[in-house]
Amino acid sequence: MEEAANKSEIIEKLKKEMLLMQGFSAVLDHERPDIGLGPMEKAFPNHIFPTAAVHEFVSAHAAAAAATTGFMAGLISHLMKTEGTCLWVGTGRQLFPPGLKAFGISPDRMIFIDLQRERDVLWAIEEGLKCSALTAVVAELKEISLTESRRLQLAVERSRVTGFLHRCNAKKTNHIASVSRWEISPIVSHLEAGVPGVGDPRWNVELQKIRNGKPGSWQLEWSAGRFTHLTTTATESTFIQQTG
Amino acid sequence: MSRRYLTIWFRHLTTDQLAIRKPELKGEPFVLAAAERGRMVVKACSAAATEKGIEAGMVLADARALIPSLEVLDDHPLRGEKLLRALAEWSLRYTPIAAVDLPDGLILDISGCAHLWGGEEPYLKDILSKLRKPGYEVRAAIADTIGASWAISRFGQNSPVIGPGAHIDALQALPPAALRLEAPVLDRLQKLGLYQIRSFINMPQRVLRRRFGQDLLNRLDQALGLVSEPIIPIQAIVPYQESLPSLEPIRTATGIEIALRKLLEIICQRLFREGKGMRKAVFKGYRIDGKLQQIAIGTNEPVRNIGHLFKLFELKIATIAPGLGIDLFVLEAPVVEELSIQQESLWAASNQEHLAIAGLLDRIAGRFGANAIHRYLPDQHHWPERSIREAKSLQEKPAIAWPEDQPRPLCLLPRPERIQVTSPIPDYPPMLFIYKGIVHKIRKADGPERIEREWWIEQGLVRDYYRVEDEQGARYWVFRSGHYHDDEPEWFIHGFFA
Repeated sequence: MEEAANKSEIIEKLKKEMLLMQGFSAVLDHERPDIGLGPMEKAFPNHIFPTAAVHEFVSAHAAAAAATTGFMAGLISHLMKTEGTCLWVGTGRQLFPPGLKAFGISPDRMIFIDLQRERDVLWAIEEGLKCSALTAVVAELKEISLTESRRLQLAVERSRVTGFLHRCNAKKTNHIASVSRWEISPIVSHLEAGVPGVGDPRWNVELQKIRNGKPGSWQLEWSAGRFTHLTTTATESTFIQQTG
Repeated sequence: MSRRYLTIWFRHLTTDQLAIRKPELKGEPFVLAAAERGRMVVKACSAAATEKGIEAGMVLADARALIPSLEVLDDHPLRGEKLLRALAEWSLRYTPIAAVDLPDGLILDISGCAHLWGGEEPYLKDILSKLRKPGYEVRAAIADTIGASWAISRFGQNSPVIGPGAHIDALQALPPAALRLEAPVLDRLQKLGLYQIRSFINMPQRVLRRRFGQDLLNRLDQALGLVSEPIIPIQAIVPYQESLPSLEPIRTATGIEIALRKLLEIICQRLFREGKGMRKAVFKGYRIDGKLQQIAIGTNEPVRNIGHLFKLFELKIATIAPGLGIDLFVLEAPVVEELSIQQESLWAASNQEHLAIAGLLDRIAGRFGANAIHRYLPDQHHWPERSIREAKSLQEKPAIAWPEDQPRPLCLLPRPERIQVTSPIPDYPPMLFIYKGIVHKIRKADGPERIEREWWIEQGLVRDYYRVEDEQGARYWVFRSGHYHDDEPEWFIHGFFA
């Protein structure tokens, strides 16, 4: 019995060491970034949302892109707190700054870089990710190769900036060097029976890949400035669990 | 300090240039002619043609009578001016103030410039040899006034460099034409036997004015330096400008970088002394073949940090084509602003961070242009397209709070797109809509939110916005343009909610 306990202890220790070697330093509780994802954070290595890493988001059409943008905005609002600055890079941007306010971001703290060509975007992301004064860099682009994504990974390791790559309508979803891959799709919102109108945004969040974590699928709602978990069997009488 | 002027006279400006461009014309008698009042008139003639007695203003038939084998080329009225302008730009390497003196001369304000070439004699010699080498026939003179140097360059017999204060003596022996006078005045002087300036320079002013007009007195005063004569420099003077001539033409990127760094050091030291920083900078390289290479940068806020400025330029150094080599580098700061040490920091972030972000934006602006960077502030309009405005600077804070009372989509289409809808009754949200060929059945809807098109800005229809959700859960922002009337109203999709 004692031996078994010892064994599991050793395995835990080794796992932590492995994470350390892979660049995930153990974070003290008070340094733990509050990302507000609640039970979902168990999926991440060390149960912490990986900052100083590049996250990849894929979306297939305009409505899914809006949902993805909303989910990213929710994450960024937690990362930015009150004084961060964020860079938003892309070509043909559709983001409407006043819409960010609903996700707790003051739109004037977002700096937009609107470029003409896709390959300029890569240069701008890399420069942005190298600048440690930024909280996050969001990039909207279609294609990125493995080599190009590795460069971004190297940049964030030094600067500790969090990068979000949003690949909307990508022709091919090739494998890239990112810590995670997410796919967000909108789901039907919920309102009390008989109340007219449209409810708070709800998404199906699919974590397709997470390095050293456990992929999974969750259903979240953004209400009152934070993420709220829905039980996976979302029916008309949804059980809502408050987190964050 | 007294001013010094250098005047250059091109005796055969346009024909010399043609002979340079077409070597087969060199030494040949040829003229440039243009139609004037129904006949061809000689406008310019080459040195060889002048020797044979042909001069500008002659009818072409007369010139042909003198030299039957005369080559005739078409004249372009602006050829001379264009060429002079180019030559004036070339001469900027000798002085910052160069002006065109139509029809065939240049005026350079060389005050304080000649010592860089070791005195006025070598300075003049350098300019003349560089101009004569390709084949321009030039005469030049240096004097205290534009008038005097003009006179000496055209009519001077002796030394072309007239020392300070000596121009009055030098003018004495010259003919009155040296004063840039009109032909009737010259005729009258000739008739009265006043062949030299000294014969009338000491006459009482009122006598001269009565007989020859005010013009003669003005020209005389200008030549003597009693009144100042303005010139129009071809390039505005930039107060923050440093130049670095190099002994040998520079062709390598390393050489250019060294020159740039040196110039930045000089200019930044000066900016530091004056408590300023530059917002724009232009780095120019004058090539030995007369071409100008330049790169420009802009910054988001006043900067005098050498490292940062150098980084901005570094991105563009590759675009400089050194050709055969660059022999003069000039760094200009056309826009300079006050730079306080305790600059207001960006959104309460620490100063260090603020500088880092400003530096990053400068690099991006240097590569893609400043119009790639946007930051938005709320504006007091409800019309969605006008509800935001661009921030003027990084520091600018929102004057009003961001509106939160009405739902606004996260993604907005650049312009609303037409959709086909089926709506049950007026002023109700649609039951379904077709967008890009896909039918969306609407399950939930919110609205309408009526937004007026502010009539004091533009005329048009109002919009009734609805927030709708289809059966997949995707949320859209659609609107009906105008009120319900007899005809079918148009529906548009304008954005996507998260």
